[in-house]
Amino acid sequence: MTGERQLLSGDDAVALAALHAGVQLGTGYPGTPSTEILETFDQLGGRAQWSPNEKVALEVGLGVAFAGARTLVTMKHVGLNVAADPLYTAAYTDVEGGLVVVSADDPGMASSQNEQDNRHYSRAAVIPTLEPIDSQQAYDFTRLAFEISERWKIPVMLRLTTRVCHSKTVVVPRAPVAATAVPSFERKIPERVMIPAFAKPAHHRLRAKLAEIAAWNEAEGPVREDRGDSELGILTTGISAVHAREAAPSASHFTFGMTYPLPLTRIRDFAASVQRVLVVEEGDPVLVTDLRAEGIPVEGKAEMYRFGELDVARVRRIIAGETSPEPVPPKGKPPELCQGCAHREVFQALKDLDCIVAGDIGCYTLGVLPPFSAMDTCVCMGASIGVGLGLRHALPEHEARRVVSVIGDSTFVHSGLTGLAEMVYNPPPSGHLVLILDNGTTAMTGLQEHPGTGRSLDHSPTNRMDFEAIARAMGVQNVHLVETTDKTRSLKDLISDLLAKPETALVITRQPCVLAAPKIRLYDKAAAEGTPQQTCAAAGV
Amino acid sequence: METLKNIVIAGLGGQGVLTASDMLAEAAFRAGFDVKKSELHGMSQRGGSVSSDVRYGTHVLSPMVPAGEADVLLVLDSTQVEINRAVLKPGGVLIAPELIAPGTLKNKKSLNVALLGAVSSVLDIPRAHWMAAIYANLAEKLHKINDQAFELGREAASRGSLAQPQ
Repeated sequence: MTGERQLLSGDDAVALAALHAGVQLGTGYPGTPSTEILETFDQLGGRAQWSPNEKVALEVGLGVAFAGARTLVTMKHVGLNVAADPLYTAAYTDVEGGLVVVSADDPGMASSQNEQDNRHYSRAAVIPTLEPIDSQQAYDFTRLAFEISERWKIPVMLRLTTRVCHSKTVVVPRAPVAATAVPSFERKIPERVMIPAFAKPAHHRLRAKLAEIAAWNEAEGPVREDRGDSELGILTTGISAVHAREAAPSASHFTFGMTYPLPLTRIRDFAASVQRVLVVEEGDPVLVTDLRAEGIPVEGKAEMYRFGELDVARVRRIIAGETSPEPVPPKGKPPELCQGCAHREVFQALKDLDCIVAGDIGCYTLGVLPPFSAMDTCVCMGASIGVGLGLRHALPEHEARRVVSVIGDSTFVHSGLTGLAEMVYNPPPSGHLVLILDNGTTAMTGLQEHPGTGRSLDHSPTNRMDFEAIARAMGVQNVHLVETTDKTRSLKDLISDLLAKPETALVITRQPCVLAAPKIRLYDKAAAEGTPQQTCAAAGV
Repeated sequence: METLKNIVIAGLGGQGVLTASDMLAEAAFRAGFDVKKSELHGMSQRGGSVSSDVRYGTHVLSPMVPAGEADVLLVLDSTQVEINRAVLKPGGVLIAPELIAPGTLKNKKSLNVALLGAVSSVLDIPRAHWMAAIYANLAEKLHKINDQAFELGREAASRGSLAQPQ
């Protein structure tokens, strides 16, 4: 299909580019808006796998890169917080095969718990960063990112945002390259073993690489200049560039694709060529701060535009210096737990028992909304267990006894295991109760597999983690499995009994997600018959 | 920019809003236009409000339709009309689910395709591209029933004298 135009989402364009760039393994953890990248890569014939969390995904990716093969690691913005530990030091190492980390940010929080701006990570971890404006650039920059990564032996970040990931635009792909050299091991201790003796020179090498990449960006980096009148010049990157061109068609526009390190001389020249130079950027004033620190007198947006996504109307207001209140769009219908969802029974029981609920990230976070309103905290993946334990430690006993931690199956694998270790190691005097709401899938992001489902990313069978056995082996005193179809004992009574005991307890409520159940039956059937895995689309579900 | 067309499709999660916008975007793409389609998904798939923007023409910049600039607003659930009305430009066309008479659809799930049939009567995309785009987004066993739904919507639009977008 090389050379033919296609209509692709940004996520699909990254997947196609990864295939064309010869990526030998894609790893990641599902997270809106990044999830479709690895799914598409798998459907196109690439080799992709879900890791338990983003940290592990990046570590696996780094190993692949040390072996000389190209690897793509995908996650949403908050996933990079989990992967931050390996990221910072991976930057010190020399990678052999290209290592590209996708950070899919969510300004406006369409489906996230915060709207952190991961351009800060580029600067903090010293990771060269490319930011596409549409699917064509998502394709082109993915391929460019691999070339940069291998040329300078450095991890490269591809920063996407929701509107780039989930918008479909026209893409014309280029000829694929064959997979790079056959992976092999070559001992390079000073470049890969980050003890202080080796890390000290590695830090200097990293800064030297960055200086070379900055020089390359000045000379031949992906920039675009649209000369209009010289009254207004707009400096912009990512999706903001298309909003800005539409909002101010007669202005001069300077759009740059590599946003760290910056092409400072070219920006300085552009700024000098116009009377008023305005930076249009979504999120935090990252570019404004950088450019002002370099002595380039740029104008930024008003503080009110730090929040939420930009669009054409907001960019028009930014240009006009408008700071009056913006029109408030009418409220739509909020999402809710599906009819027939097993989580409903759990939240009804927690509400009836007036529990204090430390919640977590997933579909079940919807338990916070009416009619249940049965969630009291939600912070990040896995936080339910630690936060619940903290509440138990601090509250007076009669209140501590009401505290329950609620976590999903995929979230438990992602970040709940260490919380369980904490519960066993430092049990509160009143004990504690953790509920794993096991619906057999990563439902919120669109029904992805995880280590607890016994199926791989492509839904074929693999080893399955046994939550009950793990909890017992870790030393949890009471472990119960409740199939929610089993009505011999009510869930409410069980929770009530466990809250009365000063012991540690884990209850797993298990019933497949109503949306996933028909697909799971198909996967099980295919596995039993040993037939090749059918994709959902082909199966018509 | 004179040829730019802006369409917003809205409804509730599970109604086929995103499938409809995929079909429309693909039809315009097959007709040779530059196309951009934008959506937000994630939590919205749990029965909440969903909307998707499609823009096509000689050259499209932003993938999002600015408020007050939509030529067509297609709504799949009547509760979602008022909250989306502000996207329409003056003289823009509203296509609401009441256009399809109760009981005339053989399968209620085809409402999105029926309303696309109505949209097709006010847009400059040849019929063959519509059908190819619809088929490409549906399993083969659903093609025939959606043929009928598309035709039903087209006829309803012709009887209902939809205004042409100005």
